[in-house]
Amino acid sequence: MSDIASLHRSLVERVLEGEGRASHEIRRAAFDNVGLAEPVRGFVEKVAHGARTVTDADIDTLRNASLSEDQIYEIVVCAAIGQATRQYQNALAALSSATGGD
Amino acid sequence: MRLTILDDGHGIRAKAMFVLIRVFSGHPVVDAVKLALYRPSFYRAGGLTQEAMRGPSEWSVADRELMAAYVSKMNETEFCIAAHTATSALAYNDGAKVSAALADLETAPLTEPLRATLRLLGKLTRENNVDAEDVRNVLAAGASAQQIKDALAVAFAFNVTDRLADVFNFATDDPAAINAGAKYLLTRGYR
Repeated sequence: MSDIASLHRSLVERVLEGEGRASHEIRRAAFDNVGLAEPVRGFVEKVAHGARTVTDADIDTLRNASLSEDQIYEIVVCAAIGQATRQYQNALAALSSATGGD
Repeated sequence: MRLTILDDGHGIRAKAMFVLIRVFSGHPVVDAVKLALYRPSFYRAGGLTQEAMRGPSEWSVADRELMAAYVSKMNETEFCIAAHTATSALAYNDGAKVSAALADLETAPLTEPLRATLRLLGKLTRENNVDAEDVRNVLAAGASAQQIKDALAVAFAFNVTDRLADVFNFATDDPAAINAGAKYLLTRGYR
């Protein structure tokens, strides 16, 4: 059966710990959606919980805060993977609970 | 796209590939491909998506493409809805079935395990959480624990992809390009 566990671990490790233009700290904070200052905080919250509401103006706000396009790209990727990971892990825990796993 | 680097910031190998794609497919390079080929040493999810969508599973490829379309519908991500609706319809050879599932899950002509699994993926995507009772309902409908795990992998892949498509503002391609992409995904996959 398909198993993405090791691929998931590698993906998360790569975007958080691999070479990038944004700091490891801001990538981790975007992934976790905690501990960010404005305007990144509100933007990451949108990526996590309302991605379709993101606008050109949101991106311009980040550019005006001196973030490069590559830094914005990395923050978006980390935020998206972080929220999807929380959803995934929540559901795996529910599956484990329902099937009597640990 | 909203970041110019995703349109024209690629390295020379990716740019050469874009030329080949345009020449041989007769269509512009879709934004999903541009994203996949931008700095692949950083974000390289093709292997994970390939495993979730084409790896060994009791779900058919068509079922998993329908799951991708359904998760994308919950996220209201137009590009991914169109792309995976077309791919699922092609894989089932039954566009009406896919349209019915996306229009009304409860009345669509689906097996009960698939219907219950889509219901679970829908709740997870909309509400971010499911509980053991939600999962027990899917098991009671006849899906195995492994099938649920496989479906959650599909949901993970598209809960990432949909967010990226929305934030970066993927263009919704014309139907001909969407259909060409569906054929490519069925023959070549996501790598």
